[in-house]
Amino acid sequence: MDKVIIAEELTLSYNKDETIINQANFSVDSGSFTFITGASGSGKSTLLKSLYGAIKPKQGSLVVGGAQIKNISSKKLNFLRQHIGIVFQDYKLIKEWTIEKNVMLPLIIGGFQKSVSEQQVHKLLSHVKLNHQSGKYPLELSGGEQQRVAMARALSHNPILILADEPTGNLDDYSAELIWNLLEGANTQLKTTIIVVTHHIPENMKIPYKHLHIEFGTIYEVS
Amino acid sequence: MKSLKNHFSLILALFSILFAIQIFIINDRALEAYEQKLSSSYSMIVVSNVAISNDTFKTYSSNIEKVDILSADEIIKKLQENISQKNIELLKLSLPKFYRIHLKTFPTSYEVESLTKTLKKNSSITRVEDFSSNHDTVYKLLLLFKQITQLFTLVILLVTVLLIAKELRIWQFKHSERMNIMGLFGAPVWLRSAVLFRLALIDALIASFMAIFFFYGISMSTWTADQLSVIGIDITIFEWLSDGSILLGVAVLISILLASLIVVGYKEEV
Repeated sequence: MDKVIIAEELTLSYNKDETIINQANFSVDSGSFTFITGASGSGKSTLLKSLYGAIKPKQGSLVVGGAQIKNISSKKLNFLRQHIGIVFQDYKLIKEWTIEKNVMLPLIIGGFQKSVSEQQVHKLLSHVKLNHQSGKYPLELSGGEQQRVAMARALSHNPILILADEPTGNLDDYSAELIWNLLEGANTQLKTTIIVVTHHIPENMKIPYKHLHIEFGTIYEVS
Repeated sequence: MKSLKNHFSLILALFSILFAIQIFIINDRALEAYEQKLSSSYSMIVVSNVAISNDTFKTYSSNIEKVDILSADEIIKKLQENISQKNIELLKLSLPKFYRIHLKTFPTSYEVESLTKTLKKNSSITRVEDFSSNHDTVYKLLLLFKQITQLFTLVILLVTVLLIAKELRIWQFKHSERMNIMGLFGAPVWLRSAVLFRLALIDALIASFMAIFFFYGISMSTWTADQLSVIGIDITIFEWLSDGSILLGVAVLISILLASLIVVGYKEEV
């Protein structure tokens, strides 16, 4: 099976003195579902940031979608990110843009035709049950609704990889279940590789998944 | 509402700069017209034993525009009753020649002094009246007014630059969030900054149109025309094409510079 991510002796740190991830070795198969867990401050989010190139490896190698992150050029990094969908705990929606335009963002960046983009956005907004809210602004929606918008945005450009950083951390049970269903649907129906950073793996996961756990800077695969 | 407030503060800062620039242009224009008026009313009187040609006078200074010969007929007319015609003819020959020198531009005190000295070097010139004390008063007043205007413009520009710097920080904070989100989805720098540049250009256009209509209104008002006629100068307060282009150009330049500084100073949030 193709590997979307290959990490070898990967070391991550923000400064010289403190190492967050120490010589980690792991890989992620294409079309798989992976959970990354660990205590607060263990380095889960740092690892996720390295996967979209916000943090460069201090040592070792990290290959995402065939691109070596350590010395990736900004042009190549932009290209890589155009094939990744990211979901954050705090949604990261553009407040001054409508819901429709927020979902359309990856399509605007990808240079898709407006009519194609609009069609895709409407399809996704109906999928996340927010079609009637398309003209509203993010702050007019609840947290759960905003996260569904963020999910629709992450899916809009049919990415090869979705990275989700505690996507249900701020949500009620109903909204959280909707988000898990959307992630599972993307994985099973679209064969999108999903990596989710979370404190708790949902008990009712219907699909097989890989579980990576971080402790004291070391990454373990939990069987 | 908050976004409108942020827009308004940049528009206001840009309008202040444009206001200061146009005031400077108007003052410069008014001072130039006033200087021209002073120069046309200012002249020097030269008394010479022998006739001096216009060309000879012009070799003394390139600022000499023309030289009028002052007729001695008025003096002779008063003496005509008591003196014979023959003696009057002799008197005419022996009377010195009087000249009035007109200058192209209103001279500085140094230029007046220098021209007087040059003229006096000619041994046939017996007297030069440069009306220096009167000239000095007017000239110093003019100089003072010019300096005050320059200082006023400089202070306004300085205050506005501080306002713009503050605005830069607000914009940096406001736009970096959007630029960061766009960056997460792989937007190239030009696309991330496009919104910023568009907003900056819109603000520049609004500010310059506000300034253009404001000064157009002033130039059309009868009050302004009355004030100018009181001091006896005739100038155009606002010229649509040249002044409008300057204001628009400055506003666009500043806003583009502001947006560029934000883009250059932008760092991806980690």
